[in-house]
Amino acid sequence: MRYFLFIIATLLSFALQAEEIAMADEMRANGKIYVVVAVLAVILIGLISYLVSIDRKLKKLENK
Amino acid sequence: MRYWWKILASILLFYTLIGGFLIEVPRQVILYESIRNLYFHVPMWFTMIFLFLLSTINSIKNLSSGSIEHDRKAIEYVNVGIVFGILGTITGSIWAQFTWGAWWTNDVKLNGSAITMLIYLAYVILRGSMDDEQKRARISAVYNIFAFVMLIVFIGILPRMTDSLHPGNGGNPGFNNYDLDSNMKLVFYPAVIGWILLGLWISDIRLRISRLNEKLNA
Repeated sequence: MRYFLFIIATLLSFALQAEEIAMADEMRANGKIYVVVAVLAVILIGLISYLVSIDRKLKKLENK
Repeated sequence: MRYWWKILASILLFYTLIGGFLIEVPRQVILYESIRNLYFHVPMWFTMIFLFLLSTINSIKNLSSGSIEHDRKAIEYVNVGIVFGILGTITGSIWAQFTWGAWWTNDVKLNGSAITMLIYLAYVILRGSMDDEQKRARISAVYNIFAFVMLIVFIGILPRMTDSLHPGNGGNPGFNNYDLDSNMKLVFYPAVIGWILLGLWISDIRLRISRLNEKLNA
């Protein structure tokens, strides 16, 4: 009985050690992090093209 | 190709976005994936400080030359710098809530940066309250130089002298501790340059609008 308990305790401690710090591994594994990257890329593209268009309008005004 | 740096800014920001989310980062308890905020929150402050430094340099130049162009640069860099400062404060507040457990703590760096922002807002108000061009440029330039000195004290010196929750301040290890990870350096440094260039781009547009306005009113 004592022996049995000891084995269970050892196994349990191993199980606890194996517990890793949770990161977004699964999210990356099933590809969903790419959704976030895509969304943010769209926003960044939008903002930068907006800046470019403001820049161009300004250039037209400056040339007048 | 006088606008090459604008293209560079876009490329670096895209790299930051993609690399910032997909490249492996060190595993840390409490921080978890939020460690990636390093690529977005910290460059906001670096950009603000960089723009304020440019503004100070232009204020010093204005005092020696009396040129209105230098005064214009001084005010526009501060205007854009304040926007980045506000973004830094908000992003920091969100990050703090989920790692330190409160939206705002009495951390020296938090209060120091808040005071700095108020000092710079006062600069904008002070400059706006005067009509005479030369007088306005001169008085606000003197104030602006003092403002940057206060920034160094509140953001650079005081947080290092007492306890702070921020890495690299007080008794805390520098972010070198987890930045030692070469993966993070790979994204962090380009991110800083990218965000600074974006700040310069917006300032460039504001400066040109201001010059056009002057021409129109002349």
